[in-house]
Amino acid sequence: MRCGGFRVSYRSDERIFDTAVPIIALVVFLVALALVPRFATTYWLDVLNRIGIAVIGALGLNILVGFTGQISIGHAAFLAVGAYATAILETKAGLPFYLAIPVAALLTAAFGLVFGIPSLRLKGLYLAIATLAAHFITTYVIIHWESMTKGVFGLMVPPATVFGLPLDSDARIFYLIFALTIPATLVTKNLFRTKVGRAFIAIRDRDVAAGVMGVNLYRYKLLAFVISSFYAGVAGGLMAHHSRILFPDAFTLLVAIDYLAMIIIGGLGSILGSIFGAVFMTLLPEVLKLTATSLTGVYPQAFGLIASARDIVFGLAVIFFLTYEPQGLARIWVRMRSYWTLWPYSY
Amino acid sequence: MTEQLVFMLQLVISGIAVGGVYSLMALGFVLIFKASSVVNFGPGELVLFGAHVSWATILQMRLPLVVALPLTLAVAVLLGLVIERGVLRPLIGEPIISVIMVTFGFASVIRGFLNMTWGSDTRPFPVLFSPEPFRVGPVPVSPVHLWSFVGVMVLLGAFSLFFRFSLTGMAMRATADNQQVAQSLGVSVKWVFALSWCIATGVSTLAGIILGSVRGGVDFSLADLGLKVFPVVILGGLDSVAGAIIGGVLIGVLENLSGGYLDPILGGGVKEVAPFVVLVIILMLRPYGFFGKVEIARV
Repeated sequence: MRCGGFRVSYRSDERIFDTAVPIIALVVFLVALALVPRFATTYWLDVLNRIGIAVIGALGLNILVGFTGQISIGHAAFLAVGAYATAILETKAGLPFYLAIPVAALLTAAFGLVFGIPSLRLKGLYLAIATLAAHFITTYVIIHWESMTKGVFGLMVPPATVFGLPLDSDARIFYLIFALTIPATLVTKNLFRTKVGRAFIAIRDRDVAAGVMGVNLYRYKLLAFVISSFYAGVAGGLMAHHSRILFPDAFTLLVAIDYLAMIIIGGLGSILGSIFGAVFMTLLPEVLKLTATSLTGVYPQAFGLIASARDIVFGLAVIFFLTYEPQGLARIWVRMRSYWTLWPYSY
Repeated sequence: MTEQLVFMLQLVISGIAVGGVYSLMALGFVLIFKASSVVNFGPGELVLFGAHVSWATILQMRLPLVVALPLTLAVAVLLGLVIERGVLRPLIGEPIISVIMVTFGFASVIRGFLNMTWGSDTRPFPVLFSPEPFRVGPVPVSPVHLWSFVGVMVLLGAFSLFFRFSLTGMAMRATADNQQVAQSLGVSVKWVFALSWCIATGVSTLAGIILGSVRGGVDFSLADLGLKVFPVVILGGLDSVAGAIIGGVLIGVLENLSGGYLDPILGGGVKEVAPFVVLVIILMLRPYGFFGKVEIARV
């Protein structure tokens, strides 16, 4: 009986799908996903849409933090730039959404390049503080550049239209979001089978050593910022179309912390982890809301406590995962899988 | 004196007063960083916690000030112990990103806890000093500012004496200098870590009380103020107590001046962002601040 993987060539080692089972599982999953809007209520569709957007954002942040080891607390600023750039390109320049989102993502990538410049000189904690400062400066500009962003009054975004069909309902925007989420996941998976991806990982593991071995640190660190902010730009563009109105309040420091929590709870340096983390962090408030609703009969004040309960559960989850499961949900998933593949002879 | 000069002096004086509070918060931050290389990204929540607990003891439980203050400090020290023991000790030696995130984590727990217990409304803070300003020459100075500044200076002086002359203070400096050597000389490093957290939560609480009485109220925006610690410690150097003190006052003055002069031109809010602009500039020019220890990267 075959037991474990026997890989005798680099080709088979690098293959994404080892056997037919994951391909079938993936196809079934995608078909099920495509059918979801026919059955799901608007509430759950909205949750799914937010998960889809969060997955793109978390993938981008994981490329930067989890794979390249450059700590950034400025992801909310990237999202904000992506969202506002998309909205402004569509309302002021009149671009259709299929041009506005890529152009906005490229603008965000350029912004990420500037954002990443401190990383050439700073690392670890100093870089974290620099990105924190950059976050505040960016949000300041967004709030006060009222002629462009309408500041705290909110910027309306017209619905995206495909062949004259406005994507104005949750079910329609669902397809747009997942039409971008799935390729984003695929591209990320493949990124780490290339030279660039390996360079990122080398920089994370020990940047001075990577430099000595011939990885151009400047180039790849900036590239990590560019790729990461490109993803954030796409996610921001989708956010603009999903919420259809943009406030600076949607991009506070807490959003950046949420995204960091996603990749930590999901698993640093893991693509599956980014997805798990995005699902976890998006579902957490919803689950609390449902719990509170079911508790209102017994304990009428439950609803008012959701916000604070979310803060507490979120903080405890972060502390728990960092202390007991630093590789996150992705690691738990791998453990569960390897337990069942050889079941009942797990040991 | 011209009116403009008075305006500037006023900005400088209130800047010094607020800057003193920043110094206190930065002192807590620097102590933790020096002793255990932990960067606390939740300094604001510690301040918020202190302000809320002191509000609860003074106004909600109506204890006299003599009882309320020590009680508040005791609660703060307890919080410091819980954080150090429960959250940070398991993470000794983990990568920086874990330590940063765990401080965000406990900050979130503190925020949620405070929100759950006392709600998020603005609370009037007890008026500890008369609001009537007195005049130094032509410049009006409010007593709150004066007393907060005096209080901060006394505290900072006491701390520098503590570090200089007391055995515990010397043990803490030794640990900051070199953990292994300190440990082999018989200093309990764990104890120093715990103590530095206790002192940090203690001074943050005092900062919370002072900020509460300067602003006349406690609300959750105090937590955002805590992030001003970063410009301060970057300016002064992450591991320098003297740097924290000087940096605090400098940032306080700078944000007030920039707010006073640039707000009319740029349309408000400059005060909030100016310290961070300074932060970026300093990081690019002199990442270890004016008094910090320069690290050398080795493979």
